[in-house]
Amino acid sequence: MKQWEVVIGIETHAQLSTQSKIFSGSPTAFGAVPNVQANAVDIALPGVLPVLNRAAVECAIRFGLAVDAEIAPRSVFARKNYFYPDLPKGYQISQYELPVVIGGRLAIQVAETEKVVHLTRAHLEEDAGKSLHEELGPQFRGKSGIDLNRAGTPLLEIVSEPDMRSAAEAVAYARALHALVRWIGICDGNMQEGSFRCDANVSVRPRGRTAFGTRREIKNLNSFRFMQQAIDYEVQWQIATLEEGGHIEQATVLFDPLSGETRAMRSKEDAHDYRYFPDPDLLPLVIDQPWIDRVRLQMPVLPAAKRDQLVSDYGLSAYDARILTASLDSARYYEAVVAAAGSANAKLCANWVMVDLAARLNREDYDIGQSPVSAQQLGGLIARIGDGTISNSLAKKVFDALWNGEGESADEIIARQGLQQITDQDALETLIDEVVSANPAMVTEYRAGKEKAFNALIGQAMKATRGKANPQRISELLRRKLTSTS
Amino acid sequence: MIERNLTDLARALATKRISSVELTRLYLDRISRHNPQLNAFITVDPAASLAQARAADERLARGDGGPLTGIPLAHKDIFCAKDWLTTCGSKMLSNFVSPYDATVIARFKAAGAVLLGKTNMDEFAMGSSNETSFYGAVRNPWQPECVPGGSSGGSAAAVAARLAPAATGTDTGGSIRQPAALCGLTGMKPTYGVVSRYGMIAFASSLDQAGPLGRSAADCAILLNAMAGFDERDSTSLDRPTEDYSRAINTASGARPLAGLKIGLPAEFFGDGCHPEVMKQVDAALAEYRSLGADTVAIRLPNMSLSVAAYYVIAPAEASSNLARFDGVRYGHRASDYRDLDDMYCKTRAQGFGAEVKRRILIGTYVLSHGYYDAYYLQAQRIRRLIANDFVEAFRQCDVIAGPTSPSTAFRLGEKAADPVQMYLSDIYTIAVNLAGLPGISIPCGLAGELPVGLQLIGNYFDEARLLDVAHRYQQASDWHLKSPTGFGECSAT
Amino acid sequence: MSLTPEQVHRVAHLARIELSEAEAHDTLCHLNEIFALIETMQAVDTQGVEPMAHAQDVAQRLRPDRVSETDQLEQRTTFQAVAPETEAGLYLVPKVIE
Repeated sequence: MKQWEVVIGIETHAQLSTQSKIFSGSPTAFGAVPNVQANAVDIALPGVLPVLNRAAVECAIRFGLAVDAEIAPRSVFARKNYFYPDLPKGYQISQYELPVVIGGRLAIQVAETEKVVHLTRAHLEEDAGKSLHEELGPQFRGKSGIDLNRAGTPLLEIVSEPDMRSAAEAVAYARALHALVRWIGICDGNMQEGSFRCDANVSVRPRGRTAFGTRREIKNLNSFRFMQQAIDYEVQWQIATLEEGGHIEQATVLFDPLSGETRAMRSKEDAHDYRYFPDPDLLPLVIDQPWIDRVRLQMPVLPAAKRDQLVSDYGLSAYDARILTASLDSARYYEAVVAAAGSANAKLCANWVMVDLAARLNREDYDIGQSPVSAQQLGGLIARIGDGTISNSLAKKVFDALWNGEGESADEIIARQGLQQITDQDALETLIDEVVSANPAMVTEYRAGKEKAFNALIGQAMKATRGKANPQRISELLRRKLTSTS
Repeated sequence: MIERNLTDLARALATKRISSVELTRLYLDRISRHNPQLNAFITVDPAASLAQARAADERLARGDGGPLTGIPLAHKDIFCAKDWLTTCGSKMLSNFVSPYDATVIARFKAAGAVLLGKTNMDEFAMGSSNETSFYGAVRNPWQPECVPGGSSGGSAAAVAARLAPAATGTDTGGSIRQPAALCGLTGMKPTYGVVSRYGMIAFASSLDQAGPLGRSAADCAILLNAMAGFDERDSTSLDRPTEDYSRAINTASGARPLAGLKIGLPAEFFGDGCHPEVMKQVDAALAEYRSLGADTVAIRLPNMSLSVAAYYVIAPAEASSNLARFDGVRYGHRASDYRDLDDMYCKTRAQGFGAEVKRRILIGTYVLSHGYYDAYYLQAQRIRRLIANDFVEAFRQCDVIAGPTSPSTAFRLGEKAADPVQMYLSDIYTIAVNLAGLPGISIPCGLAGELPVGLQLIGNYFDEARLLDVAHRYQQASDWHLKSPTGFGECSAT
Repeated sequence: MSLTPEQVHRVAHLARIELSEAEAHDTLCHLNEIFALIETMQAVDTQGVEPMAHAQDVAQRLRPDRVSETDQLEQRTTFQAVAPETEAGLYLVPKVIE
């Protein structure tokens, strides 16, 4: 394994979050019954023509800005010609020689090292429909059913340079890209529904050689786990093949999650000749600087800048900042929590969001956007921890109450359930006197040098306050009491 | 009635001297009488036409008719018309009832015109003789042994035989102008982008343009007023201020109405490729123009000779891709026996397309295929630029360009059918205009023997109104456009 | 330049048009005549000439991102009325093999 170097480039199809299709007024929503979201243009009736959706172009501009790429002032749509039943026109409208986004870069993190992956390009294109097979029932024997609802859905195809050197890097890149497209609001990132799909071009070469090996393209990886498994398998297969004296043929392969193996597609790759040429139905796409500037003004602060901000403004660790900026929703939630709790509590807020809230969301399989506890509610609760109104342990009870919708705010729940910490000095001292006189055996043990007995006494005192006292304070008072009366 | 122009017909309808139903019936009767001989129509649907005529009559009765309300018009079968069989002259679409209206059809509907029928055409508009139609050849009303030209041959034959007052056509390399010339009609191809292509079945998208075929420039102007205009569904449709193409025509003029007009005569149009009889009539027409006050100037279009070659790369390339949607999956013909998916495609397309269409698809596929793209397609597009630049240069020296529309009069059926290259060369004077995207018009300018000769006038971009006016002034001074073939007179209808 | 029978078959398959041997022969002859015509443009020096893809030098117009369709089920029924073979709203084709 040591003497082989793995080379991976990734092509990603991100479905753009538009209301209507890229070249027609059909809706893009997922999951409709077959062929109701396919209008005359989508099913390619004779005579119909495409007109480009402005929002799709704007998504491409946002992406270009987010990866620090060049936005082409003039790009061209081309036809990619091939026959396939889910491709109604017999060609796909895509961009070929002149794409809308040129170059760009994306920082990824693998273990503790950061690495920059360069992008080749990103271009706009339309999606194809779907061919459905066996699952349809007996009347479909020997046939495929064609659903064109997805045909014409806008896609941004993002092509990386072959900069990745391991499956882990490939997955880190895909994750970073996934987070980014969601962050800038151009793609919902739903991988089950196919909104974000990756193809991985994988090759291996003897370490030290500069020429690339022959690559095989793993198509349609729709989860990060499958991507990791598929690349691992593919790399091991390619190395084994080469070490046995075989050679790799360029191919398109599919990953079978059941067997964990990749296999070459049956259609003959060498027969493809896509005959690209500029689509005469579409004119050159011209994007001027004022448009780019307008889009730039609407862009959210990007993840990397947001991370730096969290570290410098709130003193968070780089690790915490990275976790909190995993998505724009998460970052926005965190910042709203801090706004409600006060920035003095920023670290406490980070812990609550990353630990308590995250665990609960995880258990219920919710996104942060679906959290039943709003950022304002959580911030209100943390403010009460910060100012000593309630203890951290009681705060968890208040959090549960908020989660279950038992109150509008932490303050309301604290007041209703009488959960304020007992801070009255006299009351606490009286309470400790009672605990000491009620537990003579423990007192004796403590005086005999058993520190354990002291902890037991604190427990008794906390129990008597029903958790409403600050354990630190109880400990101080108790030790003073036992020392003074010895 | 059948000899009247559109303005007179509109007046007759407005003054209730005739109803739209009566007028439509008159033409439907003429179609049923003469179409079996001419084969100009693929589809006639009297019930549908008469329903539209009744609606037009109601509209006329309400007093909100326009210049085309109630007038029956024939449309080339390349335009999708809702609930009408729309075949594009092909077996491939022989069962295709369109679920929607082309923009051109919708605009005529909105104007209150009656759809009289769908006219025959070369299959997918690929041809210059109307012999490639799946529905059989169309005959030229002037001489039944001759072709009417193509690809809008059915429209031209229908108007020439007065089976329709006027008709639409489409022109990718001369498909309106050449049949207009061969049938003694006025036919115009507007500037690319003036008429919406939405719903017009595409042959070569960057060249196709719809236009009118009528008996005079004045009639064509009325049709163009309805056809032209911005359409948001066609990305190549140009958003320009609305023009009244009849305005110049309707202004009165003196004895020398074209004084100051400079007509450019390209040496390349007046070489020895043109039949002398045709050239004689063209020369006579130019003499007439001089007497109307125009000056003629010699110009050059040095790259003209390359236009046929460039065209037969670009048009088939675009067509090979445009026609890929005809795969037997969602509409149209599907082969009945096949082994698998691939076989279904191959058989469906082998059966659904005729020989000329297949030939052009193969040429187009080849010139776009790997390794040939630069040498053919890109080179053709560069030549196209040179040709367009020639016109830019020429229009610095003149206002319109004139020459023959076609190098010969109507040729005999079958004469060129077996020789594609000879057929292609019959469009030698018209093709360059499509490559440049300019407007062009053909007007009748004489007879050679018993067959009409066409004069082609080419204008600068968006100069349709001037072209129509220049044509109209000639038609005021001559009567070639009023000549009709014999055997189709009104009396024979009784 | 002239085409070989193999090229004609390859192109015919790319275009998904079945050609019998006899048709292929005829086609080959015609294509070669047509390509002889096309060859006339090969001699022209076009260096530095910008290819012309469109008649007008204008930019692509952009459509607002709005859904234009209303009764989509009825639309499907209309469209599928002219389809060769459908079932349960799907267009049917011989089985697709990946």
